[in-house]
Amino acid sequence: MKLYLLSVYQPDADPPPPELLNKVMRDVDLWTQELKAAGAWVFGGGLHPPSTATVLRLQDGKMLMTDGPFAEGKEHIGGFTIIKARDLDSALEWGRKFARAVTLPGGPGLPIEVRPFQGEVES
Amino acid sequence: MTGAPAAEIERVFREEYGRAVAILIRLCGDIGLAEEAVQDAFTAAVERWPSTGLPPSPAGWIIATARNRAIDRFRREASREHRHAQAALLSVREPQAEEALVPDDRLLLIFTCCHPALAPGAQVALTLRLLGGLTTAEIARAFLVPEPTMAQRLVRAKGKIRDAGIPYRIPSEADLPERLQPVLAVVYLIFNEGYAASSGDRLVREDLCAEAIRLGRVLAQLIPDEPEVMGLLALMLLLESRRASRTSASGELVPLPDQDRGRWDLALIAEGQGIVRRCLRRNQPGPYQIQAAINAVHSDAPVTSATDWRQILQLYDQLVSLAPSPVVALNRAVAVAEVEGPDAALGLLDGLDLDGYRLFHAIRADLLRRLGRTAEAARAYEAAIARADNATERRFLERRLEGLS
Repeated sequence: MKLYLLSVYQPDADPPPPELLNKVMRDVDLWTQELKAAGAWVFGGGLHPPSTATVLRLQDGKMLMTDGPFAEGKEHIGGFTIIKARDLDSALEWGRKFARAVTLPGGPGLPIEVRPFQGEVES
Repeated sequence: MTGAPAAEIERVFREEYGRAVAILIRLCGDIGLAEEAVQDAFTAAVERWPSTGLPPSPAGWIIATARNRAIDRFRREASREHRHAQAALLSVREPQAEEALVPDDRLLLIFTCCHPALAPGAQVALTLRLLGGLTTAEIARAFLVPEPTMAQRLVRAKGKIRDAGIPYRIPSEADLPERLQPVLAVVYLIFNEGYAASSGDRLVREDLCAEAIRLGRVLAQLIPDEPEVMGLLALMLLLESRRASRTSASGELVPLPDQDRGRWDLALIAEGQGIVRRCLRRNQPGPYQIQAAINAVHSDAPVTSATDWRQILQLYDQLVSLAPSPVVALNRAVAVAEVEGPDAALGLLDGLDLDGYRLFHAIRADLLRRLGRTAEAARAYEAAIARADNATERRFLERRLEGLS
């Protein structure tokens, strides 16, 4: 078995109205329950907005600290889940369900990035 | 015992390379190792067969030799424990003579090479490399990219298959139609790159056409129940049947209406039309089958004026409803010009967003020419010439432009 990181990318905009957000939260929760029931869930959760991030970097022996997310751009990781799957096809199937769960009704879909961890894990 | 000539060995290589690599990948689970082992086996064959002659089962010999090479390599590099385990596994899974002839390994491999998680360019390169046995240099030449670029593309794709865990298996029945799409697209892209080379000096690159048809035949043999697989094969055979007449002795492009139909390959036409008829009886139409049917209608006409354009237009109508795209609409307009006249066809081109496409301007130019609107036709030919990267096609368009005055 392999581990995969499923990240969801969100635009740095105001959150959607609560009733829509609640539906997404509910759908993501259902998806998580399904993963857990299948024994595929390893770890995961939603993140605070990128404005809450702090970046550290060692430069010329000095530890530099800066405010804000590291990556430039208008989209950042909004949350992630680590899953256990036998191959990419299986991981992509969970990714499809994740993509459906995080998409607001009538809204544009959010990209889900599926990325493998190095090494193998026991099933 | 008589020795095997180099041409025989070359034939075995073309026919058996993909199958041998596919079987070795299943046995040892590693694409790079499988490729090396099969290449080693063919190197041994080139040394041996000229004096010993072909063995009774050349494919079986190659696979057995490659398998032994893979085991040797595992043992030599068996510094790590899992290498031992793999060698043990390989020794257990002794392929039987019959097993070597199970064709499905190639099918597993083509679905892996054409996995939608790989970029289309990588899908094409992997398919030609692993199933076609083309060298990196040959693939780079065919797609006019520098060899290091192609080598890097292949390394990256193989790395992704290994590290991301792209599986080596045939998709489930439910996923098959969707997963088949990129496979068919890759084979047709290889054919098209050979048939109407998008750039370079020569119009046709026969080697790519031959490789695509070979892959199409393998698919047709392995998945005969998918009508689109048969449709794609028929389409390629019918296009291939006209290859000899598409260029003149001096290497100039000859458009379909002006071709010497006596030079069409009747055997390919008969085979292609036979498949189209079987597809029609099945009545599960798809884009490849309809395009094949359109070409079958062209093949039916002994002279250009006998072409049944009404039937072709009906088929384009069906294609537009099944797989609408600006290019399909453009090709439909060509049929409309024949049935209803160039004026009606010209009106259909207005809304099409194909400004970057050379054939859009070439077809528009031709319609304008037929309507006597010479100045506009000249501008359209110039637009087509500016967008044509293939030297033969550009010369053809330039001659048309000169012919206006």
